Amino acid sequence: MASPAVVLLVVFFVVPVALAFGLAFTNARLISRRPARVVGFDNFVQLFGDPVFWASLRNTLYFAAVVVPVQAGLALVLALLVNAKVRGRNFFRTVYFLPVVTSMVVVSLLWRFIYQPDGLLNHVIRAVSFGHWQGTDWLNNPDTAMPAIIVLSIWQAVGFHMIIWLSGLQTIPPELYEAAELDGTSTWQRFRFVTWPGLLATRTFILVTITIAALSLFTQISVMTQGGPLDRTTTMVFMAVRTGYEQQQTGYAAAVSLVFFVFVLLVSAVQRFVTREKD
Amino acid sequence: MSHHRIHRRIAAAVVLVAASSGLVACSSDSSGTGASTADGVTTLKLWTHNGGNAQELAINKQVVADFNASQSKYKVDLQAFPQASYNDAVTAAAAAKKLPCVLDIDGPNVPNWAWAGYLAPLDLPEETFKDQLPSTMGKVDDKVYSFGHYDVALNMAVRKSVLTTIGVRVPTIDKPWTRTEFDAALAKLKAGGKYRYTLDLGTSGTGEWLPYAYSPLLQSFGGDLINRSDYKSAADVLNGPKAIEWATWMRSLIANGYMAQKSGADGTVDFVNGKTAIVYTGSWAADAITKKYGGDVAFVPPPDLGNGAKIGGGSWQWGLSSDCAAKDGAREYLKFSAQTKYFVEYSQKLGLIPGNTAAVDQLPNFAADGKYRVFLELAQKYAVVRPVTPAYPFISTTFQKACQDILAGGDPKKVLDKATSDIDNNIKSNGDYQF
Repeated sequence: MASPAVVLLVVFFVVPVALAFGLAFTNARLISRRPARVVGFDNFVQLFGDPVFWASLRNTLYFAAVVVPVQAGLALVLALLVNAKVRGRNFFRTVYFLPVVTSMVVVSLLWRFIYQPDGLLNHVIRAVSFGHWQGTDWLNNPDTAMPAIIVLSIWQAVGFHMIIWLSGLQTIPPELYEAAELDGTSTWQRFRFVTWPGLLATRTFILVTITIAALSLFTQISVMTQGGPLDRTTTMVFMAVRTGYEQQQTGYAAAVSLVFFVFVLLVSAVQRFVTREKD
Repeated sequence: MSHHRIHRRIAAAVVLVAASSGLVACSSDSSGTGASTADGVTTLKLWTHNGGNAQELAINKQVVADFNASQSKYKVDLQAFPQASYNDAVTAAAAAKKLPCVLDIDGPNVPNWAWAGYLAPLDLPEETFKDQLPSTMGKVDDKVYSFGHYDVALNMAVRKSVLTTIGVRVPTIDKPWTRTEFDAALAKLKAGGKYRYTLDLGTSGTGEWLPYAYSPLLQSFGGDLINRSDYKSAADVLNGPKAIEWATWMRSLIANGYMAQKSGADGTVDFVNGKTAIVYTGSWAADAITKKYGGDVAFVPPPDLGNGAKIGGGSWQWGLSSDCAAKDGAREYLKFSAQTKYFVEYSQKLGLIPGNTAAVDQLPNFAADGKYRVFLELAQKYAVVRPVTPAYPFISTTFQKACQDILAGGDPKKVLDKATSDIDNNIKSNGDYQF
């Protein structure tokens, strides 16, 4: 019964991972007449001396550090709102979920127009400030490029995590709320002592999925900024694709991937430790 | 579920995987790649980058249809890709040994693909190319690997009336603007205040556009992408004082408000709509621009920034993959497509410079007083081909990043030093890309 899954796992996971491990220690190229040669740790030495790598690592961390708490928190707020028994809540659920079913490439293209110097955002800024404030060229300004991408990324994905929170909220038995209400608790107390503990499993799941999604940031970068301006938005995955595919340095890109793999592994291990079930 | 059934299922899966890999092996054994034979007719695959370019694709299809009708031994099967992902598709196909028999290639990539062994020399009779423009031939290691039906010429489109009103000389082929004249023209045009931006160098362009458009400006300053005496190092030419001067000048155009850090999506449209005063673009835009401004428009060479005016040379060319299972058929097709009438066709329909001087006689636009003669002369007089070296794809992507960093305000010396050391390291680690 497990064989199809095993075959798929071997072909699409085990083999590529093994290849990446092996290739990282060679000078393999995408196109070359010279056979690949084992070069030991050369790729890693070069990598750790490459300022673009450190910029990629920094940007990836920055993105994750903002996106993980903000997106999770915002999604929870939205979930609480659409969980309330109000008219038209299905309408709001659908609206918040819409960006999720839109392709990230399309979303990125649209937001590129929104962010351009004479785009929607700057028009809005001018309009609400009666011309006193001028927006900037969001994606080409080194100080605003990454925040701009963070905002759009959260906007796109928040609906997905809202749904997850919502499913968590609905597993909490209504009797608990009724009992708490009889005890004369405030709304905040009900959230703090009923809702929050009831969401333990959901919390862990959301933390892990958002973190992994945030660390593998690529599409928005590829469509909107190509890592610029001045390396302010380059990320680990973007760097791996650029060096491996466009620059044809398969071995070097494999080294980037390997470092990225270890990095994600470490982050996940820390998260596992922090969210472990304490006795 | 019993163990027996589980074993049967695993066995079935193993058989299935084995069978499918066997099929793959069979098909590649029997036909090599890019061609297959059935009922005595050999079908050859042909790839082109013109997926998003209806006009050019129509001519590609016409040539293929003519060839298929002209004989019954071979049938060419055309597949079109969008340009943005074409190089990636070919690289991936090459790595997977699934290249088609005939494919078009952007000129500067030919040496890299030839070096990697993905292209076979055309080995066509010499007289096939006796009238061919040199910039439209992919000649590597003294062998012809590709030829193109056309070339394009970069130029700056300006309006004579606009320049005359503000007292700026309209440059000519023989006398381009000097740097002083160009800077003065920009200042005057900006002071006039009629344009959103004075200059459009196509800064929103990505990929190959950046080296195609900006390395000639760098060369005009006296720098280059690589030292062309031995193609082993970019030191001094890409990070010397001339190159730093170029980078500083590029950034100053943005800092002075002459051009946008990211220009509009279509520079031709912006120029035609009067949003920009000078647009740096290719001869492909000439039809659209002439349609709007008629005789008022002048297509002039880019400025001479110290080392003479320069423009890029070399466009898309046809080549033959070395894995092709039916090279004879592919050669027959390539020879068929090299007829003068097709050079005429490409040039007439697309306004491109014919890659074969024999075609000029049939093209009034390119005759001595033709309206596009200027492009032919630009190409003959100022075209510099991008470095003919297998290192080119690496040089190109490195230079692309450097350009973007410079336009974004990066420190010229730091950016160019990094690009130079990256290129030098790459060449060294590839054994100098020796054949």
